[in-house]
Formats: sequence, structure tokens, C-alpha cells
Amino acid sequence: MTSNASLVRRLLLVCVAMFGFGFAMVPLYDVFCRITGINGKTEGVAAAQPAGVDLSREVSVEFLARSDADMPWTFVPLTERVRIHPGDLQIVEFEVANRSGEALVATAVPSVSPGEAARYFKKIECFCFEEQALAAGETRSMPVQFYIDPALPERFRNMTLSYRLYKSAHTASR
Amino acid sequence: MSTEQTGALHPGEHLDHEHKPRGITRWLYSTNHKDIGTLYLLFSLAMLFIGGSLAMVIRAELFQPGLQFVDPHFFNQMTTVHGLVMVFGAVMPAFVGLANWMVPLMIGAPDMALPRVNNWSFWILPCAFAILLSTLFMEGGAPAAGWTFYAPLSTTYSSDSTAFFVLAVHLMGVSSIMGAINIIVTIFNMRAPGMTWMKLPLFVWTWLITAFLLIAVMPVLAGVVTMVLTDKYFGTSFFDAAGGGDPVMFQHIFWFFGHPEVYIMILPAFGIISAIIPTFARKPLFGYESMVVATASIAILSFLVWGHHMFTVGMPVAAELFFMYATMLIAVPTGVKVFNWVATMWRGSMTFEVPMMFALAFIVLFTIGGLSGLMLAITPADFQYQDTYFVVAHFHYVLVTGAVFGIIAGVYYWLPKWTGVMYSERLAQTHFWCSLVSVNILFFPMHFVGLAGMPRRIPDYALQFADLNALMSIGGLLFGLSQLLFVWGVVRCMRGVGDKASDRVWEGAQGLEWEIPSPAPYHTFETPPVVK
Repeated sequence: MTSNASLVRRLLLVCVAMFGFGFAMVPLYDVFCRITGINGKTEGVAAAQPAGVDLSREVSVEFLARSDADMPWTFVPLTERVRIHPGDLQIVEFEVANRSGEALVATAVPSVSPGEAARYFKKIECFCFEEQALAAGETRSMPVQFYIDPALPERFRNMTLSYRLYKSAHTASR
Repeated sequence: MSTEQTGALHPGEHLDHEHKPRGITRWLYSTNHKDIGTLYLLFSLAMLFIGGSLAMVIRAELFQPGLQFVDPHFFNQMTTVHGLVMVFGAVMPAFVGLANWMVPLMIGAPDMALPRVNNWSFWILPCAFAILLSTLFMEGGAPAAGWTFYAPLSTTYSSDSTAFFVLAVHLMGVSSIMGAINIIVTIFNMRAPGMTWMKLPLFVWTWLITAFLLIAVMPVLAGVVTMVLTDKYFGTSFFDAAGGGDPVMFQHIFWFFGHPEVYIMILPAFGIISAIIPTFARKPLFGYESMVVATASIAILSFLVWGHHMFTVGMPVAAELFFMYATMLIAVPTGVKVFNWVATMWRGSMTFEVPMMFALAFIVLFTIGGLSGLMLAITPADFQYQDTYFVVAHFHYVLVTGAVFGIIAGVYYWLPKWTGVMYSERLAQTHFWCSLVSVNILFFPMHFVGLAGMPRRIPDYALQFADLNALMSIGGLLFGLSQLLFVWGVVRCMRGVGDKASDRVWEGAQGLEWEIPSPAPYHTFETPPVVK
């Protein structure tokens, strides 16, 4: 039998550890999603060039773009859909226009659906890799260069790449 | 142990052989487990009526389709505060109150191990709920994001009372953790000689396991409300995709707390039922060891099933299958318990006093709630049931006819021991039958409107649900009024009106708590009993 004080100390330690565990779930969640690739998050850095092309099948890729609710920008994909062979390099453009009267910095956060296919979505170049600064009233066309990894399992025939545009934390006014 | 006994008796002072301090300070400064247990139970009863009044605002609004009495924002505040008050204010403190009263008596201890912590853990609660309820009167209103306060509803779209809500939840958490630590230390260190682990009454076992669940998950709740607080006021982005966070992560962290929490609210009720059934069947509990193992397995499994609350967020199929099978696995230990209760009654000499009636209603109605839970666990079916009244029906069957009926059964069972007076059987039976009928009028039709697609947490609904909603609202009002009979019965006993109860109270009652006089003296087991 342990004394009351030492038992209380141990139980309090469990409480502190579980409080820490609650916060540890934040990085663990990211790590878990990255390892399993289940959250639709794509890599934030440029991928290598494709090794080869799988001509035996085609994948349909659709594009979506949305601005965050309080974001005075318009943001649209110039191509709605492409059909490509896995391994084919493809460039699509997204057009963004700053409708507000002030310069703003924005970040685009990508998401691929279905989530398990996200890891096979390889971007060589993307406007989402860095923040975009637009002057008041400026319109810009922004490219994404990507390919679908030929290792993509057969069951995926359709994919959607979607972007949501957020006001960057670096914009002075918030 | 207690300091009151050392005080010298002044001449002319009335000799109170129980050395009870008098007046309000008896309650404010109390370190007596029986006084604190009483405080917890009365507090919980008050919260039951406050939470119930909020529910009646909901049922009044839903009595007819269209918007009648309240605007949707206020309706959302009602669902939110009703849930918070019932979970943290009514059910949990009632169980802590029962533990305070009964655990020391059942294990032969003179008091709780940490009596001053005990005092503190109770008195934090009225403060926490004063803060929470005060938000109802603030500009912008009370929290309205549901008791589950999903981000971004609780961050981006919440009113400024969120800060008060977070503080209140922190205080409730501190209170629960202190209560849990106290119960664990008491059970570990203060058992009477001979009271070995496998002789512990099942109520003590279930509370021990519940207390471990509490210290494991209440800190996680504290973590998640802290993240909500910093996201809303201090510019962090735990749940905000704009800053690299993820709102779905809120649900993962919340339900990692939330699922063990639902077992926190039912395991002590299992313990109460396991005490009552053998008494009125006049047979020892069937399968004691399997009951202990089943309780522990439920507690362990409860950490592995949180995903079943969020099947529709877009989880991969593998995760959905895992959570589906893990959830269904819980039906096995729960089934063991139900079968053991039934087997205890098998060929017993049963009588049907009110505690037994509530216990029997518990077994039947809790099983209904458990089975609708199994339906919800089926991933593809859950896509239809998610966020409908079917879910509301499910968790009210396990929480009202489960946890609350368990608490009421326990109160009737031990009330003669606490007050020394037998409750009025006729009044209590009336209370039972009124409650049984009205609770089913209230909650059973929710299954049907839910399966037909009526969404929860919405103040208006499609016309085809009108008749059943009117019926449910009437059931709700009747159920609320029926509980006044309960208050009447309890108050009668507290005022000493009724037949004197014997020490054993019930013919078939077994256990240390029945060896002491009725009413239980202010100090008991100052010399530990010897358990053979």
C-alpha cells in the first residue's frame, strides 16, 4: 500500500500527462495524416519529375477553387476538368482577382479528394507553395504543374483538387 | 481524523453526541463525507430541474412546426446549455454524491481519504454553474454551439460568452478530477481489514474504474477547451485551416474525451443496479468476477471507439470499419452485464419495491438505448442516422432511462439508510409509473421521426413530424412534472415523515452499509469493521 500523498502525486501526474497528451494530439494528428495520407493533404514541396507514363488508363481530375468567407477576392480555375494518363505532366491555371481596395496577401490551401489518393498527386510547381501578394484591383493567373503518380491504385478513376484561399496571417490589416 | 471531536464542551451547551457543527458553516466547511454527499445530491437535483426547464423551452418550441416562442439562436443556446447542465451538473455530480455517501460505508472507512479536497471539489461546482448559467443573461447569449461545441461554431462563430464557458468547463473539470482522485485514494488505502479487491461491492468497483476514466479524459477536455479559447482570443490556429489547423481535429480530440465520458455517466449506474437486483431477488449477484472484468473491458474499449461519432467527416473506409467493429465489440461486455442481472433474478424470490422497479426499467430501457447504439455503429446506416432525432432518442434512452433511472433507483434504495425513514411506497410507485410512461411518450417517438429524417438541434421541422412532436412535448411536460413527486418523496424523508426504517432496511440487503444504524450516524466505522 502506498501512502495517500504518493498516490495523489501519481494520479496528478497522470492528469498532467493526459493534459499534455491532448496537446500532443495536434502534431500526432498531422504526422498520422501524413504517414497514412488520409486527410487529402498534398505535399507542400515540389515533387520530382515523373519516371514514366502509364498509357493503359486515364484519370479524370477536376478543379475547384473557393475564397474564404471574408476574403474579397474572386478565385476560379480556368480549366474545370482534364483527363490524363498517370505520369503525364499537366499545367492548369487558376485566376485570382483582388476586388478589394487594398493590397492583400493570401495563402491557398490545397486538398485532394478522395483523401487516400492525395499522396499520388504530385505537384512540380504550385502557387500554393508560397504566399501570393496582390495589389488593390490586381488580377493574376497562377499555374499548377502536376502529374498523377503511375503507382496510383486502379480503383481511383476520378480525383478532385480543390483550393481554398485564405487571408494570410502576414497581411497587416486583419 | 475529525477535529470537531477534540473541542471542549462548554457548560450549559447542549450535548450533541454526533458533534455536528451548526448552521450554514456546517455545509460550507464540511469535511464529512455524508454531508458532502448530501450537498452533491441536492445540487444535482437542482441542476436536473434547471436543465429540465431548458429542455422544456426546446419542447415548447417543437410542440408545433414553425417558430413560436424563441428565435433559432436562443433555441441553440437552450440545446447547448441543457446538454452541459445535464451532463456536468446533474448526472456526474449525482454519481459523485452517491460515491461520497456510499463508498466509505461500503468499504468500512470512517470518511473519504482527502476530506478537505472533498469539500473543495464540491464547492467549486456551484461557482462553475453560476458562471455557465450567467452567460444566458449576457449580451450575445450563452454558448450556442451544442454541448459538443464543435469548432468553428465555438471559435469563429461563437459569442463572447465563450470565455466564461471555457472557464466554467475548466472548473467542472478540476472538480471532477479532485473527486476522482479522492475516490481512488479512498478505495486503495481505506478499505477495512479483510475487504480484499474481489470482495468490493460492485458499486465500488464501477466507481473505481469510472474515477480512472475521469482522470484520464477530463484533462483532455481541459486541453480542447483551452485550444478553443486560444483560437478564439489569442490568434492560434488549432482548428482554423487558414493557419494550418484542422476543424476535424477538434472532433477527434473532443470525442477522445467524449466517448469515455459517456461511460463515466453509465458505469456507476451499472454498480447501483448490481447492488439492487441481488437485494430484491434475494440471491447473490450472478457472475461477480465477470461483472468486474466486463466493467474494466468497457472502460478500456471506450478509448478506441471515438470515431463512431464522426463517421460522416470523410474518414477512410479502413478507419470506419475499425471504429464500427470496435464499437460493436462493446456490446459483448455490456451484454455480459445484462445477462448477469437477468441470471441473478432467475428463480430468485423477487419483490417489487420501487428501487427494484427502477432497476428493472433500467435494464429494459437501457438495453433499448444500447441496441439503438448498435444500429448507429453500423457505418453505412449511420450516414442516414447522423444528426437526426434517432441519435437524440438513443442517447436519452441510455442517459435518462439509463443513468438517471439508475440514480433514482439508488436514491430510493439508500434513502432510508440516509434519513432513517422509509419513503412512502405509494408515492414512490406513483412516481415510478408516471415517469415510466411519460419518459417513453417523450423519447420513443424520437426513434421514428429520426429515422424519417427529422434533424436534431433545429427549431423547426417538416409538417409530417407535427403529431409526434406534439406528443413528445406532452410526454416531456409529464416527465418533468412526475419528478416533482420524487422531490416530494425525498423531502418527506428528509423531514423525517414516514415509518422508521430498520438498520438492514431491506430483507435481502447485504453489505457493510446495512450493518450500521439507520439513519447512518454522523461518524461511522471509526473503528474499522472486520470483513470475513
